[in-house]
Amino acid sequence: MDDSGNRAPGSRIGTEEVAKVAALARLRLGDDELERFTHQLADILDHAADIEALDLDGVEPMAHPVRVVNVLRDDTPGEPLDRAEVLAQAPAAEDGQFRVPPVLGEAP
Amino acid sequence: MSGVDPDRWEVVIGLEVHAELATRTKLFSSATAEFGGEPNTHVDPLTLGLPGSLPVLNVQAVELAIRVGLALNCTVQRSVFARKNYFYPDQPKNYQISQFDLPINADGWLELPSGQVVGIERAHLEEDTGKSTHVGGGGRIHDAQYSLVDLNRAGVPLLEIVGRPDLRDAEGARAYVSELRAVLVAVGASDGKMEEGSLRVDCNVSVRPRGAEELGTRCEIKNINSLRSLGRAIDYEAARQVDLITAGERVVQETRHWNEDDGRTHTLRSKEEADDYRYFPDPDLVELDPDPEWVERIRSSLPMLPAQRRHRLAERSGAAGDAVALVVERGLDDLCLAAIDAGADPARTLTHAEHNLADDRAQELDPAAFAALVRMETDGALTATQAKTVLAELVASGGDPAAIAAERGFEAMDTSELEGMVDGIIAANPDEWQRYCDGDAKITGFFVGQVMQATGGKADGKAVTALLAARRG
Repeated sequence: MDDSGNRAPGSRIGTEEVAKVAALARLRLGDDELERFTHQLADILDHAADIEALDLDGVEPMAHPVRVVNVLRDDTPGEPLDRAEVLAQAPAAEDGQFRVPPVLGEAP
Repeated sequence: MSGVDPDRWEVVIGLEVHAELATRTKLFSSATAEFGGEPNTHVDPLTLGLPGSLPVLNVQAVELAIRVGLALNCTVQRSVFARKNYFYPDQPKNYQISQFDLPINADGWLELPSGQVVGIERAHLEEDTGKSTHVGGGGRIHDAQYSLVDLNRAGVPLLEIVGRPDLRDAEGARAYVSELRAVLVAVGASDGKMEEGSLRVDCNVSVRPRGAEELGTRCEIKNINSLRSLGRAIDYEAARQVDLITAGERVVQETRHWNEDDGRTHTLRSKEEADDYRYFPDPDLVELDPDPEWVERIRSSLPMLPAQRRHRLAERSGAAGDAVALVVERGLDDLCLAAIDAGADPARTLTHAEHNLADDRAQELDPAAFAALVRMETDGALTATQAKTVLAELVASGGDPAAIAAERGFEAMDTSELEGMVDGIIAANPDEWQRYCDGDAKITGFFVGQVMQATGGKADGKAVTALLAARRG
């Protein structure tokens, strides 16, 4: 976490950091929204800090709230969707493909 | 640009290999994982990222991942699927399901034919992405007017195999990828086709002054489509980095794109700005924790791996190095071992397999016939040249080596017959014989050639040389 000056005293997150997270999620936030979400996220982090304060030595981190492992399916092909129907739902299509705005740069 | 002076610089290479796993369906859904097909015909709600669709893990992808992990001497462990978040039209969910802090396979190693052992950091499961084609601007990304997206490949299971930076040159890197490919094919995990993209290699390269402990700043090279490109890209990139450092500049950590046409790497994006994927465990998927019994069952079903086959052949044949590696690569080790068991001389057997059995049909060769041929040669019934001819015919149409030799008139020459012939040739060429006796080694070939001509190639060159030496006294 950075030590940005836009942070309320004692708070765990500042508006600058929220703006960065919003940019990564491709969300455009207005000033009032930025303010509101910073408070909400700070509350969530406070709650996480409460848990962090507990003595959790020897407790395995959980990746999922349900204690179920190995949910697997057979490697058997199913019915594909109809392409015409699929493409009809896209804003634009061409030659059986989705047509999208020009992409800047390669995929990561 | 100059080459890298190996006395002054050390090149450090680590490879990330993505292998498409040979399953029938995708990693988390039942759409077909088959290569190619009409665009967007291998899609289902999950591939499209439609609301409400849920991923369910493909058991066969897990089985194949474990097979590879065990073959690479990894620990197979409890693992968690995570979302790697980024926005790109070739994956409509806006995240790729991958494994982050807990991969299914960790800490292994791969032994190369040279004997070098390369560390494997991890080999984890993840989804492949779709394909985008950039239209307009001559196909170049930055000038494109729009892009077309085909999602057939999106969701196909990949195993990302992350090697440790243990490699030091282009040759070693190529040997690593080709050994890894041989392992993937041997365990049935992948078809290993680089040209169809079943095997994709990303390459991390850095340089440091020889003797330095600290690693230099690395660049990751993408778009490498063949073993040849891999070698060229490494050599280019290492030289580029050395030139930068020598000129007093610094190497910037970034992803670079290999361009096959101009033989250079080009900046794609700098690492710092893009690498914030906000990984977190995917709440739609539960943990994967393979039962130890399952893992052991898979271990016992693994075939003998290339390294084990090389050791076995080296031990039984007394040969080593390139010959053994090549014979195993061609899949001729079982044939050679069976021939050796049937009494063939190990060294001759290996020599034939290395030099005279490049034909794909050689694997079908009858070991007993091969052994019989080698025995005929070592018994002196066939010369090396004749044996090679008979072997080629055995590979092409099978049969009995003795019958083929007889058909071709390859009969062993009687020793006294050969002696008489050699004496006659010596008598007819007194000047040449004098030079031979004076120690002119080059003239030996003249006499052998004369005998060969006189016998129609039937004489054994080695026997002629021995006779000449005996006559000289």
